[in-house]
Amino acid sequence: MTLTLDAPRFVETKPLLTARNLSKSYGDVQALRDVSATVYPGEVLGIVGESGSGKSTFLRCLNLEETPDAGSYSLDLPDVQGNLFDLDRYGRRMLCATRIGIVYQNPHLGLLMGHSSSGNVAERLLVAGERRFEVLRDKARNALDASEFPLDRMDAPPIELSGGMQQRVQLAKAIALEPALLLLDEPTTGLDVSVQALVLDTLKRLQQERRITMVIVSHDLGVIRTLSDRVMVMRRGAVVEEGLADQVFQDPQHSYTQQLVHAKL
Amino acid sequence: MSLETLTKSWEPMSYGFLDASAKREIRRKTLKAIAVPGCQIPYASREVPMARGWGTGGLQVSCTLINPDMRVKVIDQGADDSVNAASIRKFLARVSGAPVTMDTLEADLIQSRHRIPEEKLREDQVLVLQVPNPEPLRPVQPNMSIARQMHADADYGRMWLQLYEQIVRSGRVMQGASYPSLVNGRFVMTPSPIPRWDVPKMDMAAHLTILSAGREKRLHAVPPYTRVEPLVFDDVPFRVEDHGRLVCTRSGARGFFMNEIPQEDGTSSFEVSDSELGVKTIHRRDGDAARIGETWYTDGEMAQ
Repeated sequence: MTLTLDAPRFVETKPLLTARNLSKSYGDVQALRDVSATVYPGEVLGIVGESGSGKSTFLRCLNLEETPDAGSYSLDLPDVQGNLFDLDRYGRRMLCATRIGIVYQNPHLGLLMGHSSSGNVAERLLVAGERRFEVLRDKARNALDASEFPLDRMDAPPIELSGGMQQRVQLAKAIALEPALLLLDEPTTGLDVSVQALVLDTLKRLQQERRITMVIVSHDLGVIRTLSDRVMVMRRGAVVEEGLADQVFQDPQHSYTQQLVHAKL
Repeated sequence: MSLETLTKSWEPMSYGFLDASAKREIRRKTLKAIAVPGCQIPYASREVPMARGWGTGGLQVSCTLINPDMRVKVIDQGADDSVNAASIRKFLARVSGAPVTMDTLEADLIQSRHRIPEEKLREDQVLVLQVPNPEPLRPVQPNMSIARQMHADADYGRMWLQLYEQIVRSGRVMQGASYPSLVNGRFVMTPSPIPRWDVPKMDMAAHLTILSAGREKRLHAVPPYTRVEPLVFDDVPFRVEDHGRLVCTRSGARGFFMNEIPQEDGTSSFEVSDSELGVKTIHRRDGDAARIGETWYTDGEMAQ
């Protein structure tokens, strides 16, 4: 009798996101040097680094807003194939609208300030082709509710809301279509500490309930430590250290990471 | 052989006011617009002896299409006898020698502002609409370069968002005129400031509609037998104005688009907006011969 062993789960699971050797330069400034990343389904990847380290550029590439000079990027989803940078403008827009949610640091980038908050969430659904008013209304309400937005203000325009509320609207918009991937670009920067904690709580709860795959960019180690499973440390456009969050924060190897962790503590 | 025999004799202006090259350009752009229904085609809007905003776009198309055998009808808010309509009609007749008419059935070329006649138009008739703002995306996207990209991508989410917010705010769609409509399943157009009442008339209509904006220098077209669908949510049906039950106080015509005339005692009376239809109804009531064609609406309901 021969003994057969199942392969370990992590060998079978394929990564959701695979980015290989992304490079991007703006004139003389090299923003990304050979940056690679893989993210498994349900995992949270944190990216830390100082201002100008290329972490935001990397996230914009993942959101298909920018095309790098070299490298490939693919998502393991049923009807998504090949290098996503090869898609045309229309394909990119549809993919971003239906599969990728993003929350920007500056709500003006992600929201239509003159329109109502529920309308901002509904727009996502409209782009994806939903044409029933009641369904739009319900889904917008549910998404806003899930991001802990006070529903009696759901028809107020974001411009009248506080910073924390604006971030919640952005989050509701991002999760309205239940995206496969959620990108967070400094989601709590600029909020005061108590509001920051509340938004982080919401994010953490959403992540636990829905097992959303997230990539979160921040210069705040506290935010990264709270949310992420794995951490990538970037400096001058390159990844200097990568590993499990606890491992990197407790036992940093690279001198820059050591400095970073030390400065924080 | 003298120079006089070789050249045309001097004329104060060329036929149809616009010079030949201007007319050729508009003709080519019109053909392009017909080939891509609902797509806005830019053109070099010429000067005509009228201020921008008074129908210069429509007038240029009319001047291009006109010939001495074409009967011209001009309407402004449904009326043939308002100052603007009368002046344009007079101008067209003067520069082309074309006969004029007020009867929709007799007309070959109809230039209009704000209304489509109540009587059905035929395949051999052309409707020219004067458009103040041809860009349906302008209220949601002030940057015209981006708006053009949105048209190219058929990215009309924000048009829908506008309707969504009107329903949220007021319980119904408040867009009264220029109701955004999808042409041939591809381009969203603004059908000039015609009331909602007139929008269903364009769907699969037998006639050619050319919409031209002189100040914005753009024209678009709805060719005969083309789908024109007003943007509506699946569960919030499209509604025209509630004029189906109103009766015209002067002619007794019923079930057409009406003008509301406020009275001194605070009430209001109604008068059929298509003035020539009213005149014909009065003639018929008085026993005179008047031919009224088939209308789009019967008893205030759009025929299916």
